[in-house]
This record gives sequence, C-alpha cells and structure tokens, in this order.
Amino acid sequence: MRAARRAAALGAAALLLLGACAAGQDSSGAPAEALTLTVVAAASLTDVFEPIADGFEGDHPGVTVEMSFAASSTVVQQVNQGAGADVLALAGEGSLEPLADEHRHGEVTLFATNQLEIAVPVDNPGGVSGLDDLSDPGLTVVACAEQVPCGSAAAELFAQEGLTPQIASYEPDVRATLTKVELGEVDAGLVYRTDVAAAPDRVAGVPIPAERNVVNRYPALAVSDQELAQDFVDHLVSEAAQTILTDAGFGAAPAAS
Amino acid sequence: MTPVHPPRSSFAPALDAHLVVDRGDFVLDVELQTPLGVTALLGPNGSGKTTALTALAGLTPLTRGHVDRGPARWSGDGVHLAPERRGVGLVLAEPMLFPHLTLLDNVAFGPRSRGMPRAAARDRAREELARVGLEQLARRRPGEVSSGQAQRAALARALATDPELLLLDEPLSALDPDTRTRTRADLARRLRDYPGVTVLTSHDPLDALTLADQLVFLEAGRVTQTGTPADVVARPRTAYVASLVGLNLLSGTLVRERCVTSVAGTTDVTHRSRTSVDEGWTVRLAGSSLVLAEPPAGAGPGEQVWATVNPEAVALFTARPTTSARNLWQLRVDSVTVTGQRARVHLGGGVDLVAEVTLGAVAALGITRGQQLWAAVKATEIHTYPA
Amino acid sequence: MAPSSSWSLRVAAGIGLTFILLPLAALLLRVDWPDLGTHLAAPVVGQSLRLSAVTTSATMVLVWLLGTPLAWQLARSDHRLTAWARALVTVPLVLPPVVGGVALLMAWGRRGVLGGPLEAWFGITVPFTTVAVVMAELFVALPFYVVAVEGSMRGLDRRYDQVAATLGAGPLRTFFTVVVPMVLPGIAAGSALAWARALGEFGATITFAGSFPGRTQTAPLGVYAALEQDPQAAIALSVVMLAVSVVVLGVLRTRWLR
Repeated sequence: MRAARRAAALGAAALLLLGACAAGQDSSGAPAEALTLTVVAAASLTDVFEPIADGFEGDHPGVTVEMSFAASSTVVQQVNQGAGADVLALAGEGSLEPLADEHRHGEVTLFATNQLEIAVPVDNPGGVSGLDDLSDPGLTVVACAEQVPCGSAAAELFAQEGLTPQIASYEPDVRATLTKVELGEVDAGLVYRTDVAAAPDRVAGVPIPAERNVVNRYPALAVSDQELAQDFVDHLVSEAAQTILTDAGFGAAPAAS
Repeated sequence: MTPVHPPRSSFAPALDAHLVVDRGDFVLDVELQTPLGVTALLGPNGSGKTTALTALAGLTPLTRGHVDRGPARWSGDGVHLAPERRGVGLVLAEPMLFPHLTLLDNVAFGPRSRGMPRAAARDRAREELARVGLEQLARRRPGEVSSGQAQRAALARALATDPELLLLDEPLSALDPDTRTRTRADLARRLRDYPGVTVLTSHDPLDALTLADQLVFLEAGRVTQTGTPADVVARPRTAYVASLVGLNLLSGTLVRERCVTSVAGTTDVTHRSRTSVDEGWTVRLAGSSLVLAEPPAGAGPGEQVWATVNPEAVALFTARPTTSARNLWQLRVDSVTVTGQRARVHLGGGVDLVAEVTLGAVAALGITRGQQLWAAVKATEIHTYPA
Repeated sequence: MAPSSSWSLRVAAGIGLTFILLPLAALLLRVDWPDLGTHLAAPVVGQSLRLSAVTTSATMVLVWLLGTPLAWQLARSDHRLTAWARALVTVPLVLPPVVGGVALLMAWGRRGVLGGPLEAWFGITVPFTTVAVVMAELFVALPFYVVAVEGSMRGLDRRYDQVAATLGAGPLRTFFTVVVPMVLPGIAAGSALAWARALGEFGATITFAGSFPGRTQTAPLGVYAALEQDPQAAIALSVVMLAVSVVVLGVLRTRWLR
C-alpha cells in the first residue's frame, strides 16, 4: 500500500488518471471496501502525510489513500481543472484563493503551522549565521517563486525585515529550493523549518528568531462529496496526526479562526 | 612483375612508382615507370586500377613502395605528401563538379586553392574553359550543362592547376556512346597539348588505343602485360588482353610435322597437305592443334608459343565444308552476343574460339545455343609469337 | 482502392492529426482576444520573450560553430570509436531534460567536475546565469542538429572531397568551400529542429539555470511561472511562442525543406 502511494506520488499526470477513476468509483456508490481516497497536498507535506495516511488507513480498513505532492499553487490548479481529488491540503491560506467554489465541500480546517528557516549546505560555504547575512551581495540565495506559499512567505519576510538578498532563482516549489542547497549550488535557500528537519544530513539549518519570522498556516478541506474526505480532514487534527506533525517540526493546529 | 619500360627508354622515367596497397582480401602490387605522355591502366573490374590511381594521388596510403614524380618524392621512406600538396589533377567517371559553383568557379577552384588571387584565377579558368570549347557556358551551373560538357569542364578544372601528374579514372565510361566518341576526340586533342604525365584507367580498349602511348594491364592487383598499343594488339599475352583487343588467344607447343592432323583425329589429307608436307608447322593445343602457314620468328620446335586468331577470320558452316582452310573443327555453340550489326559466336568443345559474323549470317545459319557447327580458319590468319 | 487511402488508415491518420491540433485550437479558444494587448504588456511576457530570443540566438551560433565540425568528423571518420561517439552524441535526444540539467550541474555547478575549479581559480560561477541557460539549450539542441547534418554529410559523395584535395584544397578549405555549401539544406533542417528544441527547453534550464525574470526565465519558464498567477499572460505568451514557431518553421519549410 505504501509502495502504491509512492508510485502514485511519482507523477502528477499518472495520478490525475488514477484520481479520476477513483472519483468515478465513489460517485457510483460502491461499497465501503476497496475504496480509494485521493489526497493532493503541498510539497512540504511529503514526509509527514505518509505516516498520517498509514494511520488513517489503519482506522478505516479497506481504504487506500493515494497522494500527490506539488507546489500549493499547482495542486490548486489541478483540482480546479478537475483532477478528481478528494482532499486538498496546502502550505498557506493565500493559496486557497483560486479554488473554485464548486470544489469547496465542507469547512476549511487549519491543521498545522510552519515557519521559514535558512537552509545552507552542510559545510556552509557562505558562512551564513543569521537572517541579516542574506543581504550580503556576495551570497547566492534561492527562494521559492512568489505564487507558492514558501515564496510569498519569503517575500513577506524580506519586506518585513528590510532585506535585499541577491536572489539567483525563484524555484517552482520548496523541494526544488532545498535541492539547490543540497547540491551546494547556492549558499542559502529559504525553506520551511520542517524541510531542514527532514534532511539533517544533507543540509544545515540557520534558525530565524520567532519574533522576526513569518508563520504559514496550513489549510485542508474536502474537495469532493466523498464522505471519507471530510473524515481525512478531521483526522489531520487528531492527536495521532498532530503528534506526527509536531515531531516533524510543524507547529500545532492553530485555534480555528 | 614486369616493369613498364618507356618506349624511348633512354629517358629517366618522369613517373616512377611502386604501389603496394594491402587491404587484406586484396593486394595491389604494381610497378610503374612512365615517360611523359599518356599511360593507360587497363583491367577488369576489381583489378586495382582505381586503387592504383588514388594511391598515386595520395588519397590511398601506400602499405609499401614509393611514388617519385621526377626528382620529387611524393610517397615512400616515411614521406607521405597530402593530396593537396602534390601536383595532381583528377578526373573521374562522373564529372563531380561542385553543384553550387558555376563552371567558371569550378575551374577557378584549383588556382584559388593554390593561392591565386580571385581575378587571376578566373582569367585562368576562362582560358582553360576556352581550350575545351566551353567559354560560352562559363556562367552555367553543372546542372545546366550536358554530361559531355560537364566532363570537359572537369578536365579543364583538373588542368587549371598545371598538374605534374594528370589522373583520369574511366573518364568516358559514364557517357552515352555518341557523347563518348566526341568527348574522346576532345580529350585526345587536349591531352596532346598537356606536357606532363597522364595516367588513365579504362576497360574500354578504344580509349586506351586512341589516347595512350603505352598500356599497362592489371589483373588481380598485378601487372600482366605492358607495351605500346601496337605491340599489345599484335601480341596479347593473357586471355583478358586478347579479349580486350578482340582476338582469340591460344597457347600451345610448337611442333614441326610431316603430317597435318585435324581436331576430329582423322588425318586431313587435302591437296595442300600433300604439297607442303615438309613445311608442316603446327601448334599442339590441349586436345587439338593449329596448322600454321609459316613458323614464328624467334621460336623453335618444342617451345611454348601464343597464337592469335581474329574472330572475323573464323568462318562458320552448318555442314562440313569443302574449303581450302587447313584448320577445320566441329564445335559447339556456347553463346551468342550481339553488338551493333555484328554477332560474336562463342564456340567450345575442343577449341575455345570466338567467331565474329554478321547478323545476317546468324539468321542464315540459324545459330542457336548448343548447336554443332563447323569452324574453319586459314593457316595464314594465325599469328604466333613466343610466350 | 490504393492501400494508402483505405478508410481505416484514414481514420487513424485523422485521429492522430486531431490529437495534435486540438490542444493548439483549445489554446487559441482560451485567448482573451480583446485584451490580448494588455496581457502581452505583462512584464513576464516581454522579459521572457526577449531572453528567449537572446539565448536561442546565442545557442544557434554555438550550434553552428561546434555542431557543423562535429557532424563532419562523425560523418567522415573511419575510426572504430566513431560509431560510439555517434551513439553518445544522441544520448541527450532521449535523456529527460531534467536529468540533463542535473548532469550539467554535476559538470558545471559550483561543486561540479569543471565548475568547481572554475569557481576556485577564476571566481566564475555558471549556474543561475544567462550563460547557464545557453548551455542548457545547447546541450539539448546540439544533438538534433548534429544528427540531421551528419546524415546529409554522410550522404555527400566522398569523391567531392577527393577532387577538392587534388585541386589543392586542404581539409579546412574543402570543409568551408565544398562541404558546407553542399549540405546547406541539411544545415537548414537541422537548425530548425535545434532552434525549436532550444526555444522549448524547460527541464534542463529550470534545473541548471533556475528561474529569474530577465536573467534565466525564458519563455517556457515564464509560461510556467505565470500560469498560476496570471493565466491570461501565460496564454498570451504561449500564443506568441506558437505563432513564432509556426512562422519560422513555415519559412524554413518552404525555403529549404521539401
């Protein structure tokens, strides 16, 4: 089952097909056994959604969770274009805006928070020790593109702190940003705290003090009338899921606003 | 290997080459010593003519040997001059004119490549085109002229660099028969004015006989016969050479006899054999013999000799004829080939002979394959010379 | 009825043609024609198109300078390693462009085989520069050109080379005055393929050069970046690329290709 999910996560296109099939099955009113739930989520959730889905499957025998990860802005577009997903989970509330009303089934649940952190190559060739170093014109810095939550958070951070870093590239999602740091091609990249925590051997983190940082709140909601979809959204704020999220470095679910 | 000796052998050869090219399944090993003038390399397909030519041009590296043009060493002893640094001109069966250049610029290509300024090179090219009668077509592209004109332009292009060695590889073979005849005449005229050494290859004897001062025959990568055209025509030494010059070539032992025998094994007691029995000279062939009118110069009884018979001198009959011809055989028709108004009848079954007769004769005799015919040759039509 | 006009073949051909034309038509249907001018004025459109024009032009110059001699060597060399070289040159044709981008990073990145010393000794970094965009485009486009041109060069009768040599032209002169003019149609066809490939290059560019407006964000990267923020600008940019491609290929087709 795990393998099936991984395979599904490999390619968005492949997943779109699977998702479409699953949606068709659901609407035909098939019995509860052998049900497939399709979750599309922000790239930064890649590592935590695996164990969370395992837990969900344990609670719902016969249910298979298939997942696909990409930039928040991309997965919203996929849902809008009829990708046949059941659950949507994003890395920032702003990314929800383009979601068409016809796909909004149920309430938005904020299930986690995240903060930015400076990722540097393990040997830290740029000698980055804090946020203010990013303005050093000699440093090569990458950030996410502004249409994805980590990019809008970075832009907000730069504006708020009056920083003028030399951005070499606006990467399409947070994983691409992290990869550039991992490869040592840049001196620093702005990613989520959880991304640094997930790759302890491959990148080093330079924390940003909480009072200067920007907080992203992660929304999730059902995007089909599939009953299990809302169950999965609810599962995200269960104790088991919250433990997994906080262990990975996420902030706990904020109080509903 | 018979080295080629120039007809006027008092000169040092203008071209002295020993060409060895080892390709594993084919070995070319040819010695050439030629004076100024035209030498023709003749041989069947695959005999190594073109390889010899490209080796002289430096396009094919020598395995062994040398190429000396006058005092200059082009190949050998570690020297290998690149083709562009030898003074050679090359004309191939197809003109190989550069299709994107006018005839003028094609001919000017060589002088330009050798550093001549553009205007001078074009003047020179105009001159060369005029010498082959193409000055009116200088502005045309190769695709806009006839095959014969293109080949003349190719010759002009090769000569525009004043080559010390002109190489012509089957220069007329791709032309249709009429064009070939005219272009052959143009080529002969142009070559008369050319002061260097020309080596041409051909499998058409007419090219060789009309253009060349001396002939070199190649078979399977080796020289089999050399000589002037007159010499070769009179005394071919291989079946290939004989067939090329259109003669039947027979080989045997010279015998002096009192009695003349025919192939049928019966004693041919004609009136002539009675009168000249003391003068009876024959060539004993494998399973047959030839009666000669007179003994060959320079050969005695028991020696090996060559004998040639002109196919036109072979008379054919359906029934045993009453004839004065002293050589008469009953033979089988193996094949008939027709060229123009003449037919060549290939005979076997005792003596391998070719008879050339008119198409009318073929019809009159009703010649078909496998048929038995009587073939007669007068003793005076048989030419012999020492092997 | 001729086999070529059998109904089943015609149906299959029609489906194939529709499959290609339908998305292009759909793209044109989605264009906001009345406001196209406004969408084209979006900064991402002009910036990325200008960058694509500059980088693909630089790429084509390099393709000609390096690809033509390479094709000639591959076409005429009898060396036993030539067959291997010929096969290796075509690898980028089948390699996913992203993998090409990773490979370029491994070679020219700051920690790359060549990029490392380059930075350590000369302070030159290649990734995330316009030069990196050109290199990514060159990497994917050069094989298309070399394969096309090598094919027409191999078809060139060797006797032309031989005659040119006997006329006194060295290999270099023969190459420029005989070979290149004679394979011009092949060069045009190869150039069209290579240019189209360079213009459409995405995966290797975003991996190796990143995406920065005006510096490394070429037209395809611009489309990708704009799609989620300003879809009409993305569509407008796509239409411009489509139009340019059709015009260039159309001109080449009538001029050089049968």
